[in-house]
Amino acid sequence: MSTLIYTESQLHPEDAVYDYTVLSGEAWMHEIAAGQSFRIVDLEGNQAVDTLFYNAHDRTDRYSAQDTIREQSSIYLTTGTKLISSEGHVLLTIVADTCGRHDTLGGACSAESNQVRYAIEKKHMHNCRDSFLLAVANSTYGYSKRDITHNINFFMNVPVTPEGGLTFADGVSDKGRYVEMRAEMDVIALISNCPQLNNPCNAYNPTPVRLLLWD
Amino acid sequence: MTPSPAIPSVRLLFEEDIPGGAMWSYALKRHHTLRLTAIESGANVGAMLYNLHQPLDRLNLPDTLKAQHTAKLTTGNVLLSDMGHVLCSISADTCGWHDPLAGHSTPALVRAKYGTSTYQEDRNAFHRNARDQFLIELGKWGLGKIDLVANINFFSKVTVDGDGKMHFVRGNSAPASCVDLRAEMDTLLILNTCLHPMDPDPQYHPKPVHIAVWKSDQPAADDPCRTACPENTRAFILTEALFRSSSSSPPPSQT
Repeated sequence: MSTLIYTESQLHPEDAVYDYTVLSGEAWMHEIAAGQSFRIVDLEGNQAVDTLFYNAHDRTDRYSAQDTIREQSSIYLTTGTKLISSEGHVLLTIVADTCGRHDTLGGACSAESNQVRYAIEKKHMHNCRDSFLLAVANSTYGYSKRDITHNINFFMNVPVTPEGGLTFADGVSDKGRYVEMRAEMDVIALISNCPQLNNPCNAYNPTPVRLLLWD
Repeated sequence: MTPSPAIPSVRLLFEEDIPGGAMWSYALKRHHTLRLTAIESGANVGAMLYNLHQPLDRLNLPDTLKAQHTAKLTTGNVLLSDMGHVLCSISADTCGWHDPLAGHSTPALVRAKYGTSTYQEDRNAFHRNARDQFLIELGKWGLGKIDLVANINFFSKVTVDGDGKMHFVRGNSAPASCVDLRAEMDTLLILNTCLHPMDPDPQYHPKPVHIAVWKSDQPAADDPCRTACPENTRAFILTEALFRSSSSSPPPSQT
């Protein structure tokens, strides 16, 4: 595997204007204003954080995994990566990263994909799609399943080989690692703190993550 | 990579040549097969797929790739919806690699690469981009921007190196390269023949493709797409369950 580069932030948690811990299996939907810094802390290590972003003023202008990786010619996200929308806008820029790389190919788990991937009987395990659907149903933004597309998986490791193989590998994150982004425009963030128990994306032990915002 | 079977003429429903830079959509019925054939080298066909009867049940490339542990598409792979259904199987392929990663061109990308080209000036030779073509063709079915999903680029190859960098590989498809999509449920196909967004050729020269559709057979119990991996077998079980009430005989995986 390539060498991972770690970059630290100069921001201190005590100066944050928002500080919230999301338990595994729960969702979080929140506005982030242009210019704010947004940090996700992997409190206990190797916890996948399934994340979508939307232009706060136009929900069809939303995070696009394919545009993001193609425009940067890289499938991994890390410091310097611009998170690009379907309309070609930079929603946020990753400005600090003590994990080293993050996935955007693996998508979110769902009842149906768990059935396909693991066993027909896995249908009733909790999953990220259900968390996303409940969050948008309870929100006042008017979103629905049509708005749920291909997400980022912060702290998740999905290497691709030159021959075109793809696997969910053991994580490269650890306790206290974080990723920090600067919002380049007003965005709405939608997070599912992943409850997956069938693969190593959460080291088989889903744990809480901490979310911080600075003005 | 597998040879493509001859299409029995009595089963052929229609054939059509699609010029480069064009768009096309079609409701492919269950167990009908659509063959895309490259007429020249360097072809590219951008594709989005939807359950014809419920477009919210739509192509999900992350689910497709992780279920089959692949970052490329070829014979034996299935194209999964986000509801765990097999929309189409790739039942034959002489090309060996189709790109599920790089997405599609936008107006800004085509303008930056090939310069400004308006209809006013260039008439029907004006430059087309895949985003606009997808939106036009989706609009014909009552769909729009909110329904855009990650797309496949048939005939194109993008590899990923050890550092995660993406590389477009030239010459992936020869003239007469073809790929077969067998529908396992009624599938709305939204296609265009715009240039691949990472094609390094400085000339705007999108390539034509030939399309043929025929009545194929229901996949057998030992169908290579069904048996390629346990994940595919389970996806077929979930898909065939949709049709059990309207089917006079049980599907092969249930016998």
